[in-house]
Amino acid sequence: MLRSMLFLPGNTPGIIINGEILGADAVILDLEDAVAPTEKDSARVLSRNAIKYMGFGACQVIVRINGIDTPYWQKDLDAIIPVKPDFIMPPKVSCAQDVEAVDQYITALEEKCGFEKNTIKLIPLIETALGIENAFAIAASSKRIAGIFLGGEDLTADLHCKRTKEGHEIQYARCRMVCAARAAGVEVFDTPFTDVNDDEGIYTDAQYAKSLGFSGKSAISPRHVQAINEVFSPSLKDIDYAYEVMEAIRIGKSQGKGAVALRGKMIDAPIVARAQQTIDMAKALGLGREE
Amino acid sequence: MAGKLVKSIREAIQLAGLKDGMSISFHHHLRNGDYTLNLVMHEIAALGVKELTLNASSLFDTHAELEEHIENRVVTKINTNYMSSGLGRRISEGLMEAPVSFRTHGGRPRDIQLGITPIDVAFIAAPTADCAGNCSGKFGPSACGSLGYAFPDAMYAKKVIVITDNLVDYPLKGWSIPEIYVDYVVRVDAIGNPQGIVSGTTKITRDPVGLIMAQTAVKVIKHSGLLKDGFSFQTGAGGASLAAASYLKNVMLQENIRGSFASGGITGYLVDMLEAGCFESLMDVQCFDLKAVESIRKNPAHQEISAMQYASPAAKSAVVDNLDVVILGATEIDTDFNVNVHTDSSGYIMGGSGGHSDTAAGAKLSMIIAPLFRARLPIVTDHVSCISTPGRDIDVLVTQRGVAVNPKNQELMLRLKDAGLNVMDIQQLKAVAERITGKPGHLTRGERKVAEVIYRDGTVIDSIYSV
Repeated sequence: MLRSMLFLPGNTPGIIINGEILGADAVILDLEDAVAPTEKDSARVLSRNAIKYMGFGACQVIVRINGIDTPYWQKDLDAIIPVKPDFIMPPKVSCAQDVEAVDQYITALEEKCGFEKNTIKLIPLIETALGIENAFAIAASSKRIAGIFLGGEDLTADLHCKRTKEGHEIQYARCRMVCAARAAGVEVFDTPFTDVNDDEGIYTDAQYAKSLGFSGKSAISPRHVQAINEVFSPSLKDIDYAYEVMEAIRIGKSQGKGAVALRGKMIDAPIVARAQQTIDMAKALGLGREE
Repeated sequence: MAGKLVKSIREAIQLAGLKDGMSISFHHHLRNGDYTLNLVMHEIAALGVKELTLNASSLFDTHAELEEHIENRVVTKINTNYMSSGLGRRISEGLMEAPVSFRTHGGRPRDIQLGITPIDVAFIAAPTADCAGNCSGKFGPSACGSLGYAFPDAMYAKKVIVITDNLVDYPLKGWSIPEIYVDYVVRVDAIGNPQGIVSGTTKITRDPVGLIMAQTAVKVIKHSGLLKDGFSFQTGAGGASLAAASYLKNVMLQENIRGSFASGGITGYLVDMLEAGCFESLMDVQCFDLKAVESIRKNPAHQEISAMQYASPAAKSAVVDNLDVVILGATEIDTDFNVNVHTDSSGYIMGGSGGHSDTAAGAKLSMIIAPLFRARLPIVTDHVSCISTPGRDIDVLVTQRGVAVNPKNQELMLRLKDAGLNVMDIQQLKAVAERITGKPGHLTRGERKVAEVIYRDGTVIDSIYSV
């Protein structure tokens, strides 16, 4: 489960060393934007060694490599794939062919390392107008795709508009990403909230992303992780309701009823599906009651 | 009465009869903004007095001029409770022949009172005083709040000189130290720089690791069984300690717990807790920020206490002995829970016990908060390079990666395990750190003893050697 994903610059040992205890479900070791061109090699080596020798405990590991239009991405994969991160995040993915290039390169490295094919999953970062329009094709382009990830900052530059706290300018992109991901049967992750000093704003932004259907959200500051986890976890009220739904369905079935009502409302298949999702998530997080 | 007011520091020194080999004292309430110690030492040096014992409750980098007085043998012995890294480094390099004697905030007044470290002339910087020597830290341009650490000096020194930059009409209302102890009063232009005396505001850390440790610290307190009506608490002014106070306030308000008192160095965060009803009173031996100074001036529930009442083992009772929980820091802690707050990772002096050992000895739960590693060095070691506070007085170590409970406190260990905290053996914590940082090499110490650490009961518990 990836409710929260925390970006950590790949060349900062003082930050990486505490990566696993900052509360995020995943850390994103960044070899791309957070790292100056002169530091690419040191970030690559540090990230590789951090995964290999230190590990991140229960925290999943995503590595954001450099874009396929740069001379770095293959070296990034050469260094990182042998230490088996959970996910690779290729940035600025604009079409299915971008994914295929990365996929093929990883396949060759997996074979060389003796890993089973598709061990390492992909979370393409979609942050161009073309990428948004091709979101479904990207999401459905490979068995490695675990989810797609919206990058709001680069996207607004490509859209020729300002990135705002309210986020009206990425409204279309958010909705399109969610729809594409769900159609392809993969997860979808929201762009970070970039004001690290706005402790209230992160809640509002995360709640909005959740309301649109996002699976989780990324953070550029550890201070945002708790808010994201809270928002993307089911509330105790939601969990109780989900169990009530499942209990009502069970009783209805045992009584041979075709239609079941709870609190005066009919329970249909989508409600049952959502209730089951809530219960599954609560169990995974150790929340709520026992069945 | 009027005869007490003299024209200059030099005249006061002469009238007090300061001679070679005597002992002089200073308090540290003006912290790194203090001008007084330097002003006085300059005059003493000019008078040609030599081989003095300097007894200062703490020494800061603003007192760097002492190096010259040490080299010129004006000062040949130092007794203190804390020394910041500037002078500390020079002492560690072998600046003085006689080792510095480090005491605790409780041990210093004990030894003054018992005559173990007698004071011939005490110089008391006073933010406000009248011509008879009634003085206070609560008022004036150099206000510092409490004058707690100056009380033993005033009460037991043979001669007492009050130095003020805010001389007011007799009698000063709301005095802290009364005229009965004071021999001479001197007015100067400034006793200190207000910006270095107290912080404008002390702030909670924004470091996520510090916040995680603070949250864990509050969980430890919550599940210790001590957090109930009548609860008493002390914490430092470091970022993580302040964050812990802030989280603790939320828990106390949510659970409607009304504590008895908070003590020690007082910050605005503890003032907030007092004003929110978390405590009945504050027992203040030292103010750390402007909010604390304002509070001690205005709120009768915010009480000034002397160093003796705070922590002296020679007192018939002391505040530290009534503490439930104290949160403390460490530069190193070893697998026997001994704590070092005197030296850095290279062995240089950069601190001192202050009230560390006193509160650890007195509190029912003594907690160390420290990151498991600083830069590339693990904080948990096999043996600390200097024992400041003995491990027998420490109950629990809180780090960002787990909590280690001293095996002597089995009840606490069970309580924290039951509460689901990540309780680890301290050896495990050490292994976790070393897996990441590697095992550091041993520090090789120099031949010369440059300082001794005197525990609050008067016994020497460790020595610090040259670097």
